[in-house]
Parts: sequence; structure tokens; C-alpha cells
Amino acid sequence: MRSDSPLRHNPGSAQGLQRPGAQAEQWAAWLLAGPAVVLTWLMLLGPAAGVILLSLTDWTFGAPELNWIGLDNYREMWGDTAFWQSLRNTLAYVAFTVPTSVALGLAVALLIESGSSLKGLYRALFFLPVTSTLLAMALVFQFAFHPTVGIVNLALGALGLPTTDWLKNPDTALFSLGVIGIWQAVGLNMVLFLAGLKAIPKDLYEAAAIDGADSGWERFRRVTWPMLGPALVFVVTITAIRSFQVFDTVAVLTEGGPNKATSVLLYQMVQEGFSFLRSAYAAALTCIFLAFVLLLTWAQNRLLDRRAHYG
Amino acid sequence: MADALYALRKTRRVRPWLFAGLRHALLASAGLLMIAPFILMVSISLKSPGEIFSPEFHLLPQQWHAWENYSTAFAKQPLLRYLANGLIVTAAIFLMQAIFALPCAYALAKLRWRGRETSFLFVLLGLLIPPQVPAIPLYIGLWKLGLLDSYSALILPSSISVFGIFLMRQFFRTVPDDLLHAARLDGMSEFGIVWRVMLPTAMPALVAFGLLSLVWNWNDFFWPLLVVQSQHLATPPLGVVFFNNAEAGTNYGPLMAAATVITAPLVIAFLVAQRWFIDGVTMTAVK
Repeated sequence: MRSDSPLRHNPGSAQGLQRPGAQAEQWAAWLLAGPAVVLTWLMLLGPAAGVILLSLTDWTFGAPELNWIGLDNYREMWGDTAFWQSLRNTLAYVAFTVPTSVALGLAVALLIESGSSLKGLYRALFFLPVTSTLLAMALVFQFAFHPTVGIVNLALGALGLPTTDWLKNPDTALFSLGVIGIWQAVGLNMVLFLAGLKAIPKDLYEAAAIDGADSGWERFRRVTWPMLGPALVFVVTITAIRSFQVFDTVAVLTEGGPNKATSVLLYQMVQEGFSFLRSAYAAALTCIFLAFVLLLTWAQNRLLDRRAHYG
Repeated sequence: MADALYALRKTRRVRPWLFAGLRHALLASAGLLMIAPFILMVSISLKSPGEIFSPEFHLLPQQWHAWENYSTAFAKQPLLRYLANGLIVTAAIFLMQAIFALPCAYALAKLRWRGRETSFLFVLLGLLIPPQVPAIPLYIGLWKLGLLDSYSALILPSSISVFGIFLMRQFFRTVPDDLLHAARLDGMSEFGIVWRVMLPTAMPALVAFGLLSLVWNWNDFFWPLLVVQSQHLATPPLGVVFFNNAEAGTNYGPLMAAATVITAPLVIAFLVAQRWFIDGVTMTAVK
């Protein structure tokens, strides 16, 4: 098709339409792609734009009228201690779960790849939590964290270590939810790192061995780690985006408590929007959430670009 | 300790053996920790209340209480209904996602048309937006249409997957153009090409996407929580929460039995089609 068509420049330009069948191709393409494009706007892009517009109004759910109030919702947010608490909690959750689950995922991937036996079994064991229903498993964790008969406290007690009511203690509740988040994220990170490790050319290791890097650590430092860079950036970004979306465990185990110690952005958004019916304020919270996710994607692209230029 | 390890590593004959042992010890104990919640869940679902709340933990029950727990779980909550809802909703969503995404992906990958770049830009833009962002306007729209608390409310917002479009487009780009020329010479329409030429070649990508769609939509809690109040419409995760609320978190035996029943389908699906799951995630991540 490329050789017989005159369009090097702009597909679908006026010249391109003179190609026999080009007009029919236009029609066919729109018939095929049109429904999906319309639906994308209807279900995703339109509502996302709607959230931004809604955040500039004073609308409460079911109210007969709506007024434009500019950035007042964001001003209210600035003075809202509950918002700052949610944001702090979300960032603390991300700061705890992302490095831990990425490091563990990498460690497991390296350990699995360093040998040849039982690879499939180990991969399956670590990946199982990724596909399992988090909500049902959260209830299991709730029991495991039970203050008197939970297995966590039984084990800690047997070792003579201090115990606590993990999900009811404001100092440990967010940490406990983070443990559940890490448990579910490690397997996904492991699989992504395994793919990254497989992509490293074997002869690089041979070249490094000739240069005298024959210990495991030297091979890791001089070949694996630098070659894994792009995969690492990717894994960190998607883990961080998924961590920002933490909601299920908060909603079912702690309801943001005790004393707002586990209130996170999405949980506060749902509370404001669907319990207190303050749709516009909830929309403003959604916009802040979206801004953080976009910031992460932007940072990822910056990092990968720099690598591409200088790496 | 460090010295001893170093010395052992110097002894060439011991080193691989020791390392293999260490590798298995680490991976097996960490792997056990990963599946411990599943073991705990099944273990509790077999025990009597007295044993569950005793300070001693045994993996297997001293007195089997499985029948009581599971029959209570099924009697108190329509668990089969929850599972059926999960199946209906995930199947309907995937079907719609495939029906809309495949033709669009084909047009984006293989046809020349005005608006192709713009449409692809919309897809890329959509990829940046987390699924919770459009929730409030979608909720308002469904409310205006009187569709809240229905299967439509569960299915429609997920009927389009920009991720699916993107994934299939990347895959379709690798299909040779000659295949399309041959089909066109045979008089096949563009619509026919999508379903009779492209679809069969795209099966691996479609299966990968289907599994991801299944895992996501079966497990999704955020959206069903917002739009569904009726018990008979609850998807599996929402059903577990209804159960938990009804029992006020004290009746652990039946609760864990219910959790086991709700978790089982995906765990079994994963164990059966493990390779497909893991390859699917890898494929979609690499693209």
C-alpha cells in the first residue's frame, strides 16, 4: 500500500482522497472507529472535563440550580484540615508502599531468575494476591490483625514483642493498610521486573565477566541495575498511581478512622460527594487526585526521556 | 557470619549448592507468607466460633465445623446470586469492550482517514485518566436517566476501554498489510476484515486483555459501591461487604466461608490459566 499511494505527507489530505477507494476508506474508518470515539467521550473524557467544570460551581447533589463560584471550592480546601489530613495520609501511604513493594518485587524477581528450579511455582505464589479479590482478602487481614486472637498478635506475643490493636490504633492503622497494599502489589512488580530482566542481553554479562565482574553483586551493579533503569521507572510509576487509588481497604476496614488517621483522598472524595452530597467540593477533590496522577505520569516521561538522550 | 559466608563462597564446590539452598529457603518462606492469608481464610472457614476465638492457633480444626459455616453463609446471603452477578457484569463488560475496541483499533492501525491522529490522541488522553475521576458526572448522568441501582449502571460506564483500544491497535500494527490486500481482493468488506481476518490473528492479545478486564471488573469495589444499593444486584466484592455489615464482624466462621466462596472463582481461574495471566500482564506492560 505504501508504494502505490502518493501520500507521504498527511494521510487523509485532499490529495489522498483522490486515490481510488480512498473515499470509501474514510467512510469505513468512521463507521468502525466512530462508536468507540463517541463512547470514549461519553464515558471518560466528557465526564473528566465535567468534573473540572463542576469543581468551579457550588452545586450540591439534587439542587435545582447551580452557580459559578470560580476557585472558591479550592480556597475552602486550602483551609480544610480534613483535606490536608487526607493528602498527608495518602502521601504517607504512597511513600511507604511504593519503595517497599518495588524493592521486594525486584528482590523476588532477582532470586527467581538466579536459579532454574521451581521458577513457575514461585512466580505463581507471589502473583496469586494480584488477581485475588482484595475486598474479601481485606476481611482476612482484619481477622489476622484482631487484637486478641489475630495471628499477627499471637505471633508477636510468642516472640515477646509488643502487640497492639493494629487497625484501631491511630499510630498503626495506616501502616497496617499499607502492609495489605504491599502484599497485593509485590507480585505485579515481580512479574514486570522478570520481563525487564529477560530483556537484558546475555552477552552483556559475559562482557562484564571478562572485565572482571564475576561476583553476583558486581554483575548486578554493573549490568543488571543500569539496564533495568527504564523498567524501574515504569514499575515505580504504575505502583505509585495504583497506591494513590487506595480506597477498598480504607472503606471496609477503617472507614477513614480512627480519628481520620486513615482518611485518604479518594475516601474523602466519596464521603463528601456521596454521603454529604457536596458534589462540587468532591469534584474539586477529584481534580487534586487527578493532578497528582498526571504529575506522576509527567515525571515518568521526563525521566525516561532523559535516559533516552543521555543513556 | 559474613566471614563464614565468604569462606563458603570461596569453596567452589560448596558455593552453587549453598546458594541454591539459600534461594529456595528465602523464596519458599516469603512465598508462604504471600499465600498465608488464603490458608488462614480457609482454615477459619472450617472452625467453630469457640476455636476461632481461642488464643491457640491450629491450622486444621480440632472439631470440624465446615458444614455449619458454609451452609450458614449460603443461607444468610445469596452468595450464588453474587457470583452470577459477577459473571453477568464482567461478561457483558468484556463483550462490549471487545465489540467497540476491535473495529476502532483496526481503523486506527490500518486505515487512512481524516481524524485518525485526533482520535488516537483521545485514546492516549483517556489512558491518563484513572477510572475514579469520571465517577461523579457518570453518577449524575445515570441518576438523570433513572438508571442508578441497575445492571446498566454497573456495565455502561465500563463499556469502553481505551486501554483495550490502545493494546489492540499496537497488536494490529504488526499484522502484515498483504493479508488485508488479499482479503479486499476477495471482496471482503472492512467490517468483515475486522471480525474474520484481524480477530483470529489477534486472539493472544484479546485473551490477555480479556483476563485483565475480568480481574479488574470482578474485583472492582469502588464503582459498584457507589451505584448499587439492592442486594440482588451486588457484585461479589459488594456482596462480601453486605455480609460483613450484616454480621457486624463477629461471625468469623461463616464470613470466611463466604470470603472463600467469593475468592475461589478467580483463584481457580488463575491456577488453571496461570501462564496466560502472567504473559498477559507482561505483554500489556511492555507495549
